[in-house]
Parts: sequence; C-alpha cells; structure tokens
Amino acid sequence: MRAAIWFYMAALYAFIFLPVVVLVVFSFQDGRLPVPPLQGLSLRWYEAVLSDRALMVALVNSLIVAIVSSTIALTVGFLAAHALARVRLPGSILMRGLLIAPMTVSYLIIALGLLTVFNQTGIRLSLWTTGIGHVVINLPLCFAIAYAAMGDQQRNAEQAARDLGAGDWQVLAHISAPMLAPALAAAFFLSVTFSWDEFIIAFLLTRFDVTLPVEIWSMLRSGLSPATNAVGALVFLVSVALVVALELTVFRKARP
Amino acid sequence: MTAPVSIRAVSQRYGAATALDAVNLEIAAGEFVVLLGPSGCGKTTLLTLIGGFAEPSSGQILIGSRDMAGIAPKNRPTTTVFQDYALFPHMTLADNVAFGLRMRGMERAARRARADKMLALVGLDGRGDRRPHELSGGQRQRVALARALAVEPDVLLLDEPLGALDLKLRRQMQDELKAIQRRVGTTFIHVTHDQEEAMAIADRIVVMNAGRIEDAGPPAEVYLRPKSLFAASFMGEVNRIPVRDGQSPLGPIHPGTGTLLIRPEAIGPVGALPLGPARLIDIAFFGTHQRAHFAPLAAPGLTLTAHLPQGTTLEPGAEMMLHASSHVLLAEVP
Repeated sequence: MRAAIWFYMAALYAFIFLPVVVLVVFSFQDGRLPVPPLQGLSLRWYEAVLSDRALMVALVNSLIVAIVSSTIALTVGFLAAHALARVRLPGSILMRGLLIAPMTVSYLIIALGLLTVFNQTGIRLSLWTTGIGHVVINLPLCFAIAYAAMGDQQRNAEQAARDLGAGDWQVLAHISAPMLAPALAAAFFLSVTFSWDEFIIAFLLTRFDVTLPVEIWSMLRSGLSPATNAVGALVFLVSVALVVALELTVFRKARP
Repeated sequence: MTAPVSIRAVSQRYGAATALDAVNLEIAAGEFVVLLGPSGCGKTTLLTLIGGFAEPSSGQILIGSRDMAGIAPKNRPTTTVFQDYALFPHMTLADNVAFGLRMRGMERAARRARADKMLALVGLDGRGDRRPHELSGGQRQRVALARALAVEPDVLLLDEPLGALDLKLRRQMQDELKAIQRRVGTTFIHVTHDQEEAMAIADRIVVMNAGRIEDAGPPAEVYLRPKSLFAASFMGEVNRIPVRDGQSPLGPIHPGTGTLLIRPEAIGPVGALPLGPARLIDIAFFGTHQRAHFAPLAAPGLTLTAHLPQGTTLEPGAEMMLHASSHVLLAEVP
C-alpha cells in the first residue's frame, strides 16, 4: 500500500514535469535537432540564443509589458476592490460581477475584440496595445484577490485612521495598501507571470515589437531546433524565480 | 484639550427603527460620563454620532459650542478608542500612537518624542518599537488609549473598550482609565453595558434604554434613588413591592401609589421601614455577604431577596421581622 502511494506520487510528478525535463535536457543537445538520441552536452544553443538580438529585445519587451500592465491592473483592481468593499453603491453586486466577468472569456475572444476596437479607432498595434490586453485579462484577477482580502480588521483600522485625521488618500496609502501588502504582492506576481507567458493576445495585438512568446513562435515556424528549447528553459527559469520570490517574500510573511 | 458636549433633541432612525429618540444630554468639560444600557439601547449609536461616523436624522450635537453637523470625524475634536482596538498591525507601537500627529503634519522627531511620552502615560514605556501582535489584550487596549489621547482631543470616546478583557484586568484598567482621565482632564464619554464598570469610573452615569435616557446622575444617586424601574433594575438587583394608596401585599407600608424599590442589602433586622414578619426560604454564602430569600407571612407568594452580613446564622424556616434601611417609591407600575 505504502509503495503504491509513493508510486502514485512519483507518477504524478513525472506527468507534470516530464515535458519540462525533456525540454531542458534537449536544450543541451550537441546536434541540430532536439530529439533523441542525446548526442552529447553543449551550451552552444544557449550561446546562440543569448547572442540573438531579436530574442533579447523580445525578452526585454516581455518584461516591460508584464511589469507595466501588472502595475496598472493592480492599481485599478485595488482601488475598485476598496470602493466596492467599503462604499454602499447601488448595483454594487452587478459591478463586482462585471469586473470579474472577463475571467470567463477566452483570451482569443478578448484579443479579437480588442483588435476590432483598435482597428476601428485607428490605434496602431504596438507593445502598448498588448499591454492594454494584459490589463484586461489581469484586472479581474487583481480585483478578485484584493477584494477577497478586505476584511473587518482593515475596515476598523481605516475607520480609526480617519478618526485620527487621515484623509481618503492617506487612508489608502498608510493603512489599506500596507495592511493588504501580502495579497497585493501575490496579485502582482501572478499578473506578471500570466503576462509573461501570454501568447494569443500578444500575437494578435503586436506588429513590429513583439514579446518573447511571439518571438519563440516565429522561431518554431522555421522548424525544431535546440535553440527553442534553450529559450524555453530560460523562460521556465524566470517563471520559477518569480514563484520562488513570491513564496519567500509574500507567503512566508503572510503566516504570522 | 477639553470641551463640553451638548446633545440637543438628537434622533436617529434606520428605516422604521428608531435607535435614538430625541435625546438631550449636557456633558461638562472634563467630565467622565458613562453611557450605560443593554445592547440595542442606542448608547453606541450616540457615540457614533458624536464621533461623526454617522449624521443624526434630526437634532444637534455641539462640542465646545461648535455645531458638528456635516463635520467629518477627521475634523472633529474627538478621537475614539474602539472596542476591538483597531490598531495598525503593520506599524510599531510608536508609529501607531504617532499616527494622528503625523496626519497633522508634526515632524518625525517631535512626534516620536510625544509617542514615547504617551506610551509612558499608559505604562508601556520603552516598548515603542514592538508591534501590536506582540502584545496582550490589555496592552493593546493601552496603546489604543495612548493613540487616541496623543492628538490631545477635546473629547475622548470609548466604545466598550474593556469588553474583551478578563475580569481582573478589567478592574485594573478601570482604575487606570479613571486616573488617566484625571491627569489629562479630557472629557471622556464611555459606553458600556457593565453597571459595575460604570459605577467604578463614572462622574455621571447615563442609563439608556430603547433609544431614550432613563436616568442620569452620579453613581450613588442612580443606584440609590433611580428615577425609573428600568434604571433601578439595570443598576443592580432590586425588590419591587406594588403599593396602592399606601397599601401593599405586606399590609400598610408607605403613603402613595406605585412601586416600592428596596435593594437586597437594605433589607435586614433593623431599618426605618418595617416590612413585617417573614420566613427564610434559603440562604447561601456569597463571600462578601449571604444571599437570602424570604417569604413574607402576609404575602407568601412575594419573595424578598436580602443580602445579610457574613456572620448571619439562620436556618431555612426561621422567622424574623424584616426592615428596610433605604427605599424609593416610584409612581411607575411594571
């Protein structure tokens, strides 16, 4: 029985991580194709990738889009969550629903909708339009996380701050945001991760400046190469680093 | 740093429910007033209105002769000690206490010095760099008090501040609250449902029920000469004897009509008002006194509760003549 449990666990982890392991292993392939057999280990594909200007530009683009769009989504989401949690507004349940609704719409539909809007209004496709798309998908997430974190403890502390002479913005800056810091940081890092990985919106809403997933896609179209594996491994490394950072900074602190 | 509060015909309605019904109350500068009543009597509502967290449906609230209508909490000369303390968990104790001063633009060194002084006032000197989660309930209570007093309000509002503390700590904090109030001279308005707490700290007790003031006065007056049956019962246990034209179930007793109120500790073998012979039903030792129930021979259905001295040696069934050493006749009939 005990052995079966261990086998089950091993199988589960293998199922989840085998593709990544294969990807990483064949990024070291000393040959022209990332398929078995492994012909020897080499770092030359990493060298090729890191000296590929277009790829590096795309990587920087991705980081900029991820950070800027996540910051905007978090700010707007937090303010909306605070307002809906604190102020009694007519139709606040409907407003909450409308804010979260985009989560249920597929990225493809959101991208097509935005594409139509941008075409109609004559806005040129760029990293900015991709960023707008990422705000659209990450805002509901940031809103939902911030809203769920607002509790009575914050409400009372905010009331006390007002009683002691704090204005609305001072309450937000000195009390609400710092008290919600763990939840806000979690929302931010999740947003960055989603934006970093996102392909469909970035593919449809960029033209000349592209993000990393789009650049990888164009590499793939010219056929399989260990270079794409190397890029994938690097992207994976960045994502893992983000998750680890999140775990170390936010979740550890969240436990009192 | 201290101001009188004037509450004039203040009503508060929530839809069809009336939380406060045309309440009038004058509070002198530097007075320690306790609003006492059961939950839902309107005492917390009144405190909320004075603090500015809600506006009254009608009526006027003046602090230091200034009308408070439309003035936000942050601009009122009041601060509040909340029931759950509402400390800022992400700030040190010194930053908590200095928060109001920071909002008033005081520079860092000066407000730190003042925060340390306030922490010393409440007996937490040298702990300014700790955080709220490192403190016990009583210590948090002290920080909340220091934080509210740091901005030198004219009026301090306390919303059941001792409710979450255990009995022993509560008694200790009551004494300290009283001492601190004497020292700073600020007008304190304190809400509680604990009549012992009210008597321990108040200059004046305001007994509230169903949105109205039932009675107001110094503790001894409200306890010994209550103006209503509700105030009499809420302040402590009381025997009620119905009287009609000087006649009661015990026989002729006292001129007038209404309800005769006698506290259990006022009943004994001696006193100005004879209550007639009674049989002891039971007696139990309560530490400071012995609590006894008597059935008057003239009216066995009416039970009188008496607090007899510790040394009393009586067996159930014994008969004795009872007297009341103090009493009040109210025209009210229950």
